[in-house]
Amino acid sequence: MLRKLRILLQVVTITLVTLLLLGIGFRVHLWAGWVAKIQFLPALLALNFGVIALIVVVALIFGRIYCSVVCPLGIMQDFFSWIGGKVKKNRFSYAKEIKWLRYGFLIVFVVLMFIGFAPVTTLFAPYSAYGRIVNSLFKPLYDMLNNWLAGLDAANDRYNFTEVQIWMRSVTTFVVAIATLIILGVLAAWKGRFYCNNICPVGTTLSLFSRFSLLRVRFDKDKCKSCGMCEKNCKAQAIDFKNGKVDYSRCVVCGDCLDRCKFDALHYTAKKAQPSTESKPVDKERRAFLAATAMAGTTAALAQAEMKMDGGLAVIEDKVAPKRQTPITPPGSISALHLQHHCTACQLCVSSCPNNVLRPSTDLQHFMQPTMSYERGYCRPECTRCGEVCPTGAIKALSREEKTLQHVGHAVWIKDNCVASSKGVHCGNCARHCPTGAITMVDYEGPNGTIQVPAVDENKCIGCGACEHLCPAREESNPFSGIYVEGNEMHHIG
Amino acid sequence: MDRREFLKHIGGAAVATSVVLSACQSGDTPAPLIAQNVIDGQGQMTYRTNPNTGDKVSLLGYGMMRLPVEGGGTLRDHPDSPIDQEMVNQEIDYALEHGVNYFDTSPVYCKGMSERATGIALARHPRNSYYIATKLSNFSPTTWSTEASKAMFENSLKELQTDHIDYLLLHSIGGETKELGSMQLFNTRFIDNGILDWLVEQKAAGRIRNLGFSFHGDPKVFNTLLQWHDEGKYHWDFVQIQMNYVDWNYAHRIEPENVNASYLYNELNSRGIPGVIMEPLLGGRLANQPDFIVKQMKEREPETPVARWAFRYAGTPEGILTVLSGMTYMEHLVQNVATYSPLRPITPEEDEFLMKVAEEFVELKTVPCTACNYCMPCPYGLNIPVIFDYYNKCVTEGKMPAGNTEAREYQEARKRFLIGYDRHIPSLRQASHCIGCGQCIEHCPQKIDIPTELHRIDDYVEQLKLQG
Repeated sequence: MLRKLRILLQVVTITLVTLLLLGIGFRVHLWAGWVAKIQFLPALLALNFGVIALIVVVALIFGRIYCSVVCPLGIMQDFFSWIGGKVKKNRFSYAKEIKWLRYGFLIVFVVLMFIGFAPVTTLFAPYSAYGRIVNSLFKPLYDMLNNWLAGLDAANDRYNFTEVQIWMRSVTTFVVAIATLIILGVLAAWKGRFYCNNICPVGTTLSLFSRFSLLRVRFDKDKCKSCGMCEKNCKAQAIDFKNGKVDYSRCVVCGDCLDRCKFDALHYTAKKAQPSTESKPVDKERRAFLAATAMAGTTAALAQAEMKMDGGLAVIEDKVAPKRQTPITPPGSISALHLQHHCTACQLCVSSCPNNVLRPSTDLQHFMQPTMSYERGYCRPECTRCGEVCPTGAIKALSREEKTLQHVGHAVWIKDNCVASSKGVHCGNCARHCPTGAITMVDYEGPNGTIQVPAVDENKCIGCGACEHLCPAREESNPFSGIYVEGNEMHHIG
Repeated sequence: MDRREFLKHIGGAAVATSVVLSACQSGDTPAPLIAQNVIDGQGQMTYRTNPNTGDKVSLLGYGMMRLPVEGGGTLRDHPDSPIDQEMVNQEIDYALEHGVNYFDTSPVYCKGMSERATGIALARHPRNSYYIATKLSNFSPTTWSTEASKAMFENSLKELQTDHIDYLLLHSIGGETKELGSMQLFNTRFIDNGILDWLVEQKAAGRIRNLGFSFHGDPKVFNTLLQWHDEGKYHWDFVQIQMNYVDWNYAHRIEPENVNASYLYNELNSRGIPGVIMEPLLGGRLANQPDFIVKQMKEREPETPVARWAFRYAGTPEGILTVLSGMTYMEHLVQNVATYSPLRPITPEEDEFLMKVAEEFVELKTVPCTACNYCMPCPYGLNIPVIFDYYNKCVTEGKMPAGNTEAREYQEARKRFLIGYDRHIPSLRQASHCIGCGQCIEHCPQKIDIPTELHRIDDYVEQLKLQG
């Protein structure tokens, strides 16, 4: 019964979390966003005391059931462990708690998190690790499906699906995601919840409370026939049947052992098992499981057109993101440091950004945490998506007015790239689109005489990137923008 | 009659017979025959006579600027597709079969592919069954030299697979560039390099039968050339002008610098110079009228297609030699052949009606783009004609978000407009990327201030996006 309930809850959780991380649409976030916000590490970082207290209380009452039904990485590992169980049945045996490893790592993790060393915080956060796997590996497949549906919609005059750009936001993060999936998949297939019980900082933290849980798996010594099936199927390697003991700091309350025991000798109860005649009937109901599928698709490219007078489209070179001295962090992140200390790099904001601005950073200081760049779009004034979805509060949710007051960066004009100053072409596209009116066109001595070039009022510039995105400078020989945004380490307000 | 007409009549008779029989059985009066409802297309193609050469030219001329491409549509829909030669052959065959004998092309039409496609299709028919019209389209400065312009003419002969051009035009005089005014540009293209005189020689040698010009833009050039005609300096056998029921009196209402077709026609007619008409449908826009205009037309003649009104209007004046239509689709060709077989001239009362329609049309304030593609390729990658077309369609089809911005209908219309915009034009080619360099302005035969119109559309889109 516990096992079946556990599996049902796992299916619900993993479906909601995955849908959320695929960036399907804002509607999904409205009714499934809470699943990200009840994850332990995000709640801790967001100082969401309600959720933190709830998780601790649940651990004190039920044990580490969180690790089975709330943590998506745990659910993923259970899946691989189940596969491992099909290959080799009854493969587990009791293993002693490796105290030095789990507590040692927890201390290292906490210290590094406090000093803001992002790579450790982001790599080992379990919900975020799952987030990266979904974002890097599954989202492109979902996006292909989306674009196929958008094509059907376009042909049938419906407006439910719109085409999205499919692009690899970061090769490094992609590699990390694949490596995580493979390593944990193999580890779980072989040794079950090894990661959860020896490395995962959330697991170790919860273990401090689950030791004292009210409800726990207990042996009824009278009924136990010492067949050992429970120990052999405990993916946490926490059952020592010979001594009738279960290590509650490592039991993830999955219910596999209860299911396996044919002698009704194991019970998940609050009291010690009494040698009485009463016994609970085993629930024999069966339930169905859901499965997800994926499809393949391709994208098209533009071809060259000769300079004939009627017709043809000019080739548009891809813009290259400039090397910014200071990276740009999203509005609501308050400062680069705030983001560094609070973000677990789950990629939820990256999947949700409708303008293709956010992507994971490759810089070690902010490893896999979101950074902004404007080759594919710019941070539109009416959009506040990233703050709305962020479960840790690394990006605070802002109203539209508040968001436009955040100066996340300042525009810098590059006279050698600007088509007006370097080629005498009459432009002004940056000034025309600046939402705060920070750019005015002023006279300049260009190669063919006086021409107008942009002058940026740094006080007014909010760093939204409209200028960088809409600047026409993008030749093959020099694919950099004539005006671009440098980040502000700390966002100025107003 | 040919096979098609025979089958049509047999079919009509069969239906009529069965209808009559069934009616007789039930004792009711017989239902009207289907064939009776067709007003136009029951006779022969109307011809006009060229006073200079005695040519009998079909009143319907085939414009070869909007040829169909593989994959469907025109180059506007699939900018990189080749011409659908099979389709072109089929259409030209049908046209010739039904009496159309005037084919107008140019070296620059369809990204340079038009002359070849026209030549291939026409070469399958006897040379004396059609008249070829092409142009000296030396717009690009690289073609201004004597050698380059001559080479362009010789190349036309080669592509069209012929040794003579029946109607040769100086292409689109009246335009100007940033550096050269309209007369200066004309002189540079045709006088300073001796090309006009050379063309007159070619005419004397029989390689050109009729010499003329097409006009867009500054009437000063038009007037000057007609003055030369009066003085006997040069003789124009024909002139190609833009004429339709909107441009007749209201060209200046669309763009202040444009000259009314009534003026142009009268100048030609008073001199006995035959006129060739282009843009009878104003770039197709007079076939895509908003509902309230369509209703008025259909109330007068329910079975007459909207486009037919414009074609009947363009062919009515006696001084018109032929009306050019860029018929991409077979359906357009069939419809237009019917319109001119024979022409039913516009009555004075219908003329009044069309002037009223023209008045309503200019009030719509659509962008007066005729999708000629002369502005393309935009150096910054914008898809100018498609942006204008999308915007214009939304206006004429009543799809612009309107009313209370909080209302459900407004939100829906806004969503459809923005998504439709993205579907028709990829983001990097949308109006937001127009930097206002102005390179396109001088190329536009309709004198549209393209950057201003693009910025106007972009401002509107921006306004809609901010409401999200």
